[in-house]
Amino acid sequence: MEINLAINKHPISVSVDPATLLVELLREQLSFTGTHVGCDTSQCGACLVHFNGESVKSCTMLAVSADGGSVMTVEGLSVAGRANLHPMQQAFHENHGLQCGFCTPGMLMSAVDLVGRNPDPTETEVRGWLEGNLCRCTGYHNIVKSVIAGAAAMRDAK
Amino acid sequence: MKSFAYLKPETTVAAADLFSEHNDAKILAGGMTLLPTMKQGLAAPAAIIDLSAVAALREIAFEEGALVIGAMARHYDVAASVLVQTHIPGLALLAGQIGDPQVRHRGTIGGSVANNDPAADYPAAILALDATVVTTRRTVAAAAFFVDMFETALEPGEIVTGFRIPVPEMAAYAKFRSPASRYAIVGVFVAQTAGKVRVAVTGAASSVFRALDVEAALQERFDPDALNRVSMDPSGLNSDIHADRDYRANLVMVMARRAVSAALQNAGQGATKGQ
Repeated sequence: MEINLAINKHPISVSVDPATLLVELLREQLSFTGTHVGCDTSQCGACLVHFNGESVKSCTMLAVSADGGSVMTVEGLSVAGRANLHPMQQAFHENHGLQCGFCTPGMLMSAVDLVGRNPDPTETEVRGWLEGNLCRCTGYHNIVKSVIAGAAAMRDAK
Repeated sequence: MKSFAYLKPETTVAAADLFSEHNDAKILAGGMTLLPTMKQGLAAPAAIIDLSAVAALREIAFEEGALVIGAMARHYDVAASVLVQTHIPGLALLAGQIGDPQVRHRGTIGGSVANNDPAADYPAAILALDATVVTTRRTVAAAAFFVDMFETALEPGEIVTGFRIPVPEMAAYAKFRSPASRYAIVGVFVAQTAGKVRVAVTGAASSVFRALDVEAALQERFDPDALNRVSMDPSGLNSDIHADRDYRANLVMVMARRAVSAALQNAGQGATKGQ
């Protein structure tokens, strides 16, 4: 079935089987491999993308359900490449907000969604919001620090 | 996942027609239960009827003393709705505690209630608030809707379209959740509507149920201390790695006391707001 959607602001038209998950479309058909598959059971949040501006788990959404909508993946955060990271990516870099990096794309997409709703979140709000993102390395401490620093940088960038 | 025909109607009538035409179809609301079930091969429908384009099913309104919530209102929509926060704050708080933010961006009240997971949060609210379930064919009182584990009064081809929830004098939910799944190990929703107290328990047994002894005590005096001499019979309650039945029976009473305290507090705030 033919679907039309915008990915990282670029409109595309693509043919998918209805049983294709959004994450499968992104990774396997379109090569947006920044979106990871961790648990594949909507627990871990490594597959987080934005759908119509809201964070969702792309392992638990059909690609056909995205027809007519817009999807943003982690590749869409830094429009000018590695030399010009998104303020949230820069904050994760500076605050050691990752170790192995597997969960990081999901953490970033979750954090950017949070700051879009709540530009100055408290530590408690960040920890509450990140319930849907699991990290097996860091113990979350530096991730929370990164999100708070990233939120400040995003406010300054406005 | 086995392939299927994907159907996306734009009206409730079209959805109902499609559901009658396709014998082996499943309704897709938010997909938070259906898609994992299909991925595990536990369901393999020949057709999926996606309700996400039926805009009318997402509306939340206040009519004649009741909140009217469309089946496709997402947990996020219910939690963030000023109407729900104003009229039944305990329901908005319940919706904001389901799963995690990304689950709340997809999961819907209609999907949760129609699925009737024994540990889901919404069935406790629908039952305790004495809501009416509206379907494509009829209206069903909450007390007659929840039958047993994953079983409801829905007939083949019938779709939940929304809920009519009379605004209570007081209501609140208290949940002891599994930190991994965020489902209720025990959740208790307490409500007083038109002078009548109803207490519904989720997570503790094979299906949501009303705790009649707890209701009777609270009917006499709506206060956490009114429950000091009430206990819950553990026989028939769930026993698993998360909690054995005695522990769950005790949790029901603890959550009931917390819910009563929260309901009194919610009502107090409502009164202040109204002045």
